[in-house]
Amino acid sequence: MTRVPGRSPFVALTFALGMIACSGPDETIRIDGSSTVYPVEAAWAEEFGPGLEARITVAFSGTGAGFQKFCRGEIDVSGASRPIADGENSDCAVSGIDPFRIEVGQDGLAVVVPRSNDFVDHLTVTELNRIWTADQSKQVNRWGELRENWPDREIQLFGAGTDSGTFDYFIEVIIHPFDGSDTKGRSDYTPSEDDNVLVQGVAGSDDGLGYFGLAYARENAERLRIVPIVDDTDGEAGDPVMPTDENVESGRYSPLSRPLFMYTDGKPVGVLAEFFRLGLSEEGQHLVQDVGYVRLSESTRLANLEKLD
Amino acid sequence: MLRTGQGWQLVRERAVVGMLFSASSVATVTTIAIFLTLIVNGWEFFSVVPMREFLLGTVWAPDFVPRSFGSLPLVKGTFQIALGALVVALPLGVGSALYVSEFAPGRLRAVLKPAIEILAGIPSIVFGLVALFVISPIVRQLFPGTGVFNAASAAVALGVMVVPIIAAISEDALRAVPRELREGAFALGATRWEAAWNVVLPAARSGVIASVILGFSRAIGETMAVTLAAGLVPNMSWNFLEPTQTITAFIANRAGGDLPTGSIEYRAIFALGLVLFVITFVINLVAQFSLAAQRRKFS
Repeated sequence: MTRVPGRSPFVALTFALGMIACSGPDETIRIDGSSTVYPVEAAWAEEFGPGLEARITVAFSGTGAGFQKFCRGEIDVSGASRPIADGENSDCAVSGIDPFRIEVGQDGLAVVVPRSNDFVDHLTVTELNRIWTADQSKQVNRWGELRENWPDREIQLFGAGTDSGTFDYFIEVIIHPFDGSDTKGRSDYTPSEDDNVLVQGVAGSDDGLGYFGLAYARENAERLRIVPIVDDTDGEAGDPVMPTDENVESGRYSPLSRPLFMYTDGKPVGVLAEFFRLGLSEEGQHLVQDVGYVRLSESTRLANLEKLD
Repeated sequence: MLRTGQGWQLVRERAVVGMLFSASSVATVTTIAIFLTLIVNGWEFFSVVPMREFLLGTVWAPDFVPRSFGSLPLVKGTFQIALGALVVALPLGVGSALYVSEFAPGRLRAVLKPAIEILAGIPSIVFGLVALFVISPIVRQLFPGTGVFNAASAAVALGVMVVPIIAAISEDALRAVPRELREGAFALGATRWEAAWNVVLPAARSGVIASVILGFSRAIGETMAVTLAAGLVPNMSWNFLEPTQTITAFIANRAGGDLPTGSIEYRAIFALGLVLFVITFVINLVAQFSLAAQRRKFS
């Protein structure tokens, strides 16, 4: 659950209350779900709500909890940092809800080291796996074990807490392809659901290494260095790729970039459809960038707009 | 007329006493209720995880595969940081109590005592921030290669937090020592320092010990500073330059997430709460005995 600086449940609450307090509009849009997608939803609601004369409430209870509410028909839009799971699909089917997926933007997970670290030029996915795996036979604890010319010092690890969607995603692409899907990697690192704590930890430890949402890595660029990633998941190593907007948008920054979704019950109509058209407009995509994520590629944007017609 | 008036007064008095009784019993009832909550939830935890594994296991990884509920790393972290805090707080606390009670002139005393008490009023979150942004950078300067989260920073901050407790209780104990003992020492030719160190301090021994034990107990239950500054890595290392995790820090960190009620991780929090409750209960009991011994001596 990537968190944008300064955001808290209280902000969400006051925001939600603020939207409720707007009197007049009779249409209501209730949004909940992923805390990663939340900043996008909040920005759209703030920008487009008044024009649509709609009362929009935005909350974040996590992707999983959001789908639970969505399948019970308690909310209109469910933000998700992963596609809906099979089990959730059948839950929805029971109550006659038909999940309709709209892609709204993209997020990249940045792997970072402190600015003082000048030797990590890039990391391969296999190397990341050896750092984060729980498998003792290949696990590394020191830089020197990873590459011969790197210093023989212990790596200090910082990563997402187990409650967060970011953790699930990282494990899915870094641990599962190598170690099987019944492991969650090593547990002896400093975990936090709060990305600012992770920024603090990596920036303050000379041998620190961590991962979190791109927005945070960019915001702290003077203290942190983003490491280019080589995708060798299927055995073939490509070039080191930086998570630039361009590389995330095109999918070249693989496997650590992911699409952000919103789900509605069936194809949205009326005000809700208008809300998504605005979100997928140039202006809506600018807002996605403003809150620190990456806009959709032009073809994906148009394809999703078309789905609304 | 007179009789009814008296009867009415009696009823009123009884009602007031009854109300006062219920007010005072709230504390007891709450303690019992908390203990029961911990027992009930903890019990269900122990029906899944054997108590032996919980108490003696050396790996704490409740959210990982393979799951492991060995609480020793957290218990170790708790004692490690509390002991580290005592190393700082014992000389500072007892030292200031000795100075304020035996040496400080009246006017200085009037300034020093409230100053130490103000320290007790500083919110623990502030100490956490100081640990993270002031103490930790100093530790990193002294020991290059140390990470920003380390046990030493948290222990030092906690030590300063505990000073007022030790200072206040120790000072009470020192002042409770009868004047005659000091005067006797002076009459035998002792200097002020000799009287304080060889006569007053030993006489107040049980009170001073109680103050240290209560300070230790406070350090064990403290949450904010250790959550912020000690890192969140449960391990069995006693190296103060490495991060560690305490029982309280784990509970604080975990209870803040979306823990499903009734899940095994949820119950684990209560089991840990029970451990913490038992530890502090025993320690406080020892401190009470020690204080009682002090009172008996001079009454």
